[in-house]
Amino acid sequence: MSKQTGIQKHRKQHISQRANQLSPSGIRKFFDLLSSIGGIISLGVGEPDFTTPWHIREAAIESIEKGQTMYTSNSGMPELRKELARYLKNEYGIDYDPTSELLITVGVSEALDLAMRATLDHGDEVILPDPSFVAYKSCVILAEGKPMSIPTYEASNFEINAADIEAHITPKTRAILIGYPSNPTGAVMSREQLVKIAAVARKHNLTVLSDEIYCKLVYGVEHTCFASLPEMKEHTILLGGFSKAFAMTGWRVGYAAAPREVITAMTKIHQYTMMCVSTMGQVAALEALKGGQDSVIEMVEDYNRRRLVIVKGLREIGLSCFEPRGAFYAFPSIKCTGMTSEEFAENLLTEEKVAVVPGSAFGKCGEGYIRCCYATSLSEIEEALNRMRRFVNKYRKT
Amino acid sequence: MLKDILKILESDARATPSQIAAMTGMPQAEVTKLIKKAQRDRTILKYKAIINWDKTENEHVFAWIGVRLEPQKDVGFDSIAERIYRFPQARSVYLVSGTYDLLVLVTGKNNHEIANFVSQKLSHIEGVKETVTQFILKRYKEDGEVMEGTEEIKRQAVVL
Ligand SMILES: Cc1ncc(COP(=O)(O)O)c(C=O)c1O
Repeated sequence: MSKQTGIQKHRKQHISQRANQLSPSGIRKFFDLLSSIGGIISLGVGEPDFTTPWHIREAAIESIEKGQTMYTSNSGMPELRKELARYLKNEYGIDYDPTSELLITVGVSEALDLAMRATLDHGDEVILPDPSFVAYKSCVILAEGKPMSIPTYEASNFEINAADIEAHITPKTRAILIGYPSNPTGAVMSREQLVKIAAVARKHNLTVLSDEIYCKLVYGVEHTCFASLPEMKEHTILLGGFSKAFAMTGWRVGYAAAPREVITAMTKIHQYTMMCVSTMGQVAALEALKGGQDSVIEMVEDYNRRRLVIVKGLREIGLSCFEPRGAFYAFPSIKCTGMTSEEFAENLLTEEKVAVVPGSAFGKCGEGYIRCCYATSLSEIEEALNRMRRFVNKYRKT
Repeated sequence: MLKDILKILESDARATPSQIAAMTGMPQAEVTKLIKKAQRDRTILKYKAIINWDKTENEHVFAWIGVRLEPQKDVGFDSIAERIYRFPQARSVYLVSGTYDLLVLVTGKNNHEIANFVSQKLSHIEGVKETVTQFILKRYKEDGEVMEGTEEIKRQAVVL
């Protein structure tokens, strides 16, 4: 081969504006750093440390052995939709028609994308809390909508406030996107506040997208399903999943429950882009719903022990930390160090080998906070707390 | 609550009152008090380790022995069971339904020792009609713990 032909001409690839406008994860540098350091204790995860309960894995294995390897109906296996309808009725007293009001999706992630694409037109505004799950804004943007962040604060337990929502409504507002229990804050919403948001949605005829993936992971409080509030089923796109409660992140199964027209529209997009959710994943999800919730209850009890340990530990270090009542995150303030969240996370990683996620990755109001996931062993949590104590004592300004 | 404390101790007998207090949100003094009381009334019998003896030089043989009893006048199963469980060789003794009446877990240094125990002691106890000895060849899971360490599952270190 001659020298000339060995030289590859670099072809500039065309990347769509759509992709370009998505902000790369704000903490690229942090991720690069992370991959270069070994032996860390990570409070940076976003998933359970349990493996999927055995009865669920077993059901999926059996289905594979039996050769259940074909496509399912676009909307999801009929038995699964039926069981899901029963489940939602039992849990929240809401009636969803399994044939027209439920759609099985590739996690809440896909359901979020479909919901936006099915309901937003160019320039439609979507109100959402800041800080919140990283995918929310991007999904709105991909659907040509405009995310309108509403600041939430530690002082009000990171709840989004109905009056603030109303103040941000314009003629272009189409939807309110809420996700409680919250990633990253661990906040839950009180029923009273949700009722107020429902009133705003009704008054301005808005759709509420409610991401309730963490609904099972609440501690000492009851989860209120937004769609179960009076007259709200017609206004709500309920997004739920199996990833967190059943420790099934890798299976990629979730669902959307919504009025018929919305599900029809979402199913159209899903049909052309996804066909259907993996069959074994759906079999596993069916078993999760049918198999009872004993293992869920055990996992929740276990998370709660670690939650109490980490919150107490963070407070003893002198970091202010509001009481997270849901999910598996604590969201302490690190303002006393004078560092930005990203500086804090980077320095903590290099000096003490503890990984946490800078709050700023989740929005402007996350600045000054870090997300600590306590879905990791108690001994690791205790060791991480020791290292953080050393670190904070060294840099404390106030 | 006591139940919360017991659950924690059952999965880790070494959890200290201060750790348990942090995990439950109870005051440490209360935790200590409840543990003391549970020890006194024998709700907590003992704290021990689960050991995989196969990994040691120490030879240990285990056998399950099914025991059929002859109902006797004036002597209940409880007192026959007591005659059996007083032997230190009997690690666990249960009254069960089905083919046998008692199920006894026996340990010894070798098969011979267990065989001796069964033929010299157990079968001579008044009321014991029949025994069936099943030597344990391999232990897969003990008290909820899988003997051979399962492979550690790798998670992404950071997920947003
Ligand atoms: C708030 C929130 N919504 C949705 C998801 C995605 O869930 P799924 O695994 O169902 O796609 C996550 C995952 O971290 C999350 O934290």
